[in-house]
Amino acid sequence: MAYKRNIDRLPIIPADAKKQNVTCHYCIVGCGYHAYTWPINKQGGVAAGDNVFGADLSLQQPADTSAWYSPSMYNIVKQDGRDVHIVIKPDKECVVNSGLGSIRGARMAEMSYSRVRQTQQQRLTDPLVWRYGQMQPTSWDDALDLVARVTAAVIKDQGEDGLFVSAFDHGGAGGGYENTWGTGKLYFTAMKIKNIRIHNRPAYNSEVHSSRDMGVGELNNCYEDAELADTIIACGTNALETQTNYFLNHWVPNLRGASLDKKKAQLPNESHAAARVIFVDPRRTVTINACEAEAGKENVLHLAINSGTDLILFNALLTYVAEKGWLDKSFISASTKDFDKALKANKVSIDEAAKITGVPAADIIKAATWIAEPKDGKRRRSMFAYEKGLIWGNDNYRTIAALVNLALATGNVGREGGGCVRMGGHQEGYSRPSDAHVGKPAAYVDDLIIKGKGGVHHVWACDHYKTTLNAMEFKRVYKKRTDMVKDAMSSVPYGDRPALVKAITDAIKKGGLFAVDVDIVPTKIGEACHVILPAATSGEMNLTSMNGERRMRLTDRYMDPPGNSMPDCLIAARIANHMERVFREMGDAKTADKFKGFDWKTEEDAFMDGYHLHEKGGQFVTYARLRAMGTNGFQEPAVGLETTGPVDAGTTTGQSGQGTLIPSIGSDRGKENVIVDDASKRPGAEAAATGGTERIIGTKRLFADGKFNSKDGKAMFMETVWRGLQAPGKDAQKKKFKYLINNGRANHVWQSAYLDVQNDLVMDRFPYAYIEMNPEDMAIVNVKAGDLIEVYNDEGSTQAMVYPTPTARKGETFMLFGYPTGVQGNVINGEGVNELVIPNYKQTWGNIRKISDAPEGVKHLTFKSQEFKV
Amino acid sequence: MKRCDKLVDTGRRQFLRGSGIAAAGVAAAGFMPQEAKAAPALARVAYPANRLSNVSEMKANEPKDVSYPDGDAPGVLLKLGQRVEGGAGPDGDIVGFSTICPHKGIPLAYNTDDRTLNCPGHYSRFDVEKGGQQVWGQATQNLPQYVLRVDANGDIFAEGIDELLYGRLSNVLA
Repeated sequence: MAYKRNIDRLPIIPADAKKQNVTCHYCIVGCGYHAYTWPINKQGGVAAGDNVFGADLSLQQPADTSAWYSPSMYNIVKQDGRDVHIVIKPDKECVVNSGLGSIRGARMAEMSYSRVRQTQQQRLTDPLVWRYGQMQPTSWDDALDLVARVTAAVIKDQGEDGLFVSAFDHGGAGGGYENTWGTGKLYFTAMKIKNIRIHNRPAYNSEVHSSRDMGVGELNNCYEDAELADTIIACGTNALETQTNYFLNHWVPNLRGASLDKKKAQLPNESHAAARVIFVDPRRTVTINACEAEAGKENVLHLAINSGTDLILFNALLTYVAEKGWLDKSFISASTKDFDKALKANKVSIDEAAKITGVPAADIIKAATWIAEPKDGKRRRSMFAYEKGLIWGNDNYRTIAALVNLALATGNVGREGGGCVRMGGHQEGYSRPSDAHVGKPAAYVDDLIIKGKGGVHHVWACDHYKTTLNAMEFKRVYKKRTDMVKDAMSSVPYGDRPALVKAITDAIKKGGLFAVDVDIVPTKIGEACHVILPAATSGEMNLTSMNGERRMRLTDRYMDPPGNSMPDCLIAARIANHMERVFREMGDAKTADKFKGFDWKTEEDAFMDGYHLHEKGGQFVTYARLRAMGTNGFQEPAVGLETTGPVDAGTTTGQSGQGTLIPSIGSDRGKENVIVDDASKRPGAEAAATGGTERIIGTKRLFADGKFNSKDGKAMFMETVWRGLQAPGKDAQKKKFKYLINNGRANHVWQSAYLDVQNDLVMDRFPYAYIEMNPEDMAIVNVKAGDLIEVYNDEGSTQAMVYPTPTARKGETFMLFGYPTGVQGNVINGEGVNELVIPNYKQTWGNIRKISDAPEGVKHLTFKSQEFKV
Repeated sequence: MKRCDKLVDTGRRQFLRGSGIAAAGVAAAGFMPQEAKAAPALARVAYPANRLSNVSEMKANEPKDVSYPDGDAPGVLLKLGQRVEGGAGPDGDIVGFSTICPHKGIPLAYNTDDRTLNCPGHYSRFDVEKGGQQVWGQATQNLPQYVLRVDANGDIFAEGIDELLYGRLSNVLA
């Protein structure tokens, strides 16, 4: 039977409950919530005066009511050392989600650490060290002393390149401006670490580098643009599952025609209709199904391309649009350069594109028409959205550039109803000193680890075991190297620190690796580590981030972190403190001095040192102002306060006085690649230093002034010539193996799987990663729904549970990515990266064979179509 | 004692507004400690046993509109035609569910082809053959299912629900 909680009544939020701002910490969308807390021995009542809603709760509440919460929105947690009831429920007043809660965010309370209700008992509460053959709890000082001594010894021996780092670069949980600054200052200011990678990829690089190189920061529009567009072009993005409430609250109204009044009001003097939508995706997704239900099939065009052929499709669309004269010529001449050059180089006929993409020529022409054919002589407003289908796909750099070309040529950047945007994964929260020393291409860190490089590895909220490519080989080598150190540690008494450090460093000299894992939960890679440092997550600390339209909010600290865990920024600071002490003890005062400037006591200290002082517009942004702006916040960059007006306006950084243009991956997070030496000297800083709660003025769209991120303010078209499957090894793999192992995310666990492994609702539904297979392919492999199969190729093998999917094309499967009980990265070849070390996960081929009949844990599951049907 | 009075008063108010608790203790409400002993609140709400239909009225895969535990809680009774876990009746194939989506309270529509309840609001769907498991969707609960009993006459009674219903913080309203 399906999992049921058998909860038939919940405590009622009293009228005087404490109300705190929450931005959901799972995905990019950043839905607004409120956390209500009240003492454990109190409760509200059903009478209107006795509950926070002012509603008569003795009556059934209507659909879409604010006066209800599900059992998953309730828990009992510690707040300032006391047990309190907590309800975390969506905020109807938040413009992002208007009260909608996703299957992830609406479980935030249930996914909180509660000793009373035994939820998330996996959370780490104490530093752990390898001692007497297993991980054992210890004090912060003891753990950090060991980390600092081994790290300092490796740096002395190998230089800073001997320290490898894996670190989050995003917002929301396991990130945020406070924590990216804390880690950034440690590794990029106190040290200049080159061998560093990001949580989801094996190098320190941008996922959308070409867009930035073209001067187009990729989070350039606002969610409202999806309500205003004539046509939405969705390339390799499955928004209903992975940006759920952005899709439901901003795309759907336009598809239904419910935003027509808004269109007419904001964009008079042109004709308007409900939106049409084009999908570029080899797979039919639930998003496509939902769009057909809302807009009618006649207004949804699915270009089901052959996997990895997006680029040539975009080139053909550009060519056709130009031939038809559907260009925004005045925009091209005023705000861009190199158009003619790019158009000539990228020229592709519709027929050639049809042949390679497998999409009928007529459909490509239809797409071009929907995108760019003028409406009553006026420019059509088209919004281009893309995500991992392109980012983790073939020829990342050129493919994304080809899409940006199309958006620029049709004048759809910086305009209402336009934008050329990534849809995003996590929220964003990048604030770091310059990473220029990392270089381009950046070091392929996971490959270097496989090759035996590095002596110590600091891991911050990353789990390579689940999310890297060539994952089986990585795990094999990593285990071997870290086991060498574990065995060495077991050979000496733990309490003899000099002997312990010597044993470790001796093992490192023989090829061992000392690994330090900072995380909130035990991870797969953490099983190999020697020190584990427990971190706090969003809501257990004050945390700032921005969402996919650059909307910045502060999540209040509404509960205590588990046990002795701390915010990452403070862990980074304490590591720095210990590094300073150890280097000083070693007689190296010069190196020790580099670790000054980490005397933060709170996450707010880190925020003020980082974002406030160094981000563009940071001079206006304080916790007090963010708190006052609630769940709506403001859209970055800040340009002033209500009291000053927009004194630091100008969305571009190419202009003088707008900050320093730097080669930072920060702009990858959608803002501008700019760092400010000292925001306290920026315009408006003096007026902003009141410590007050004035409203912050933000920026609705980037590049609205037609000026882009380049020295001359012009966006650059790029030559993006089709060159087939770009990454080494892909062509051969495709020829050799029978099934495309496409892969991606699912609604239940998108950005929340690390906690979901301890969530009954989710693990009941998906105990194993699933693989969507066409029934005819299932017959060939001789498997039924729920059977476990092995996917294998020359790189490795992994397992999944068969999910019959009649809409899947024959020979094309889709496997859940990054799932702990089935790691898709095992079958992805290690050389399968682009020239900037962006992995190509999507184009993977393998064979499939049956492992076993459906195990007991999947027998109760439904395997019906995931497509809504009436 | 002022402080004591306040406590008593708070207790009385909470008591009077508590849902699903018998009114027998009201007269004694002036003495909180004794009263708590005299009329302990139940840990679970008390579900009514409501007759929803009779086995003879049920036809395979034809949804029958019902409501439970009161008229403001629409639901459906289904005879699936094949035995399912949790099914009631002589063939073990009768199931009952709330038809209010536990995501946002939108009425669900039954799809006879694949025997799912579907939400036109945000596309969630629930499998009535698998205990209301959410096939796909936004809800953080599987679909509330009725605990059914069929008596010797074939009368089908609902006697409980296994998840919280949308729009009420107590499945049985005060």
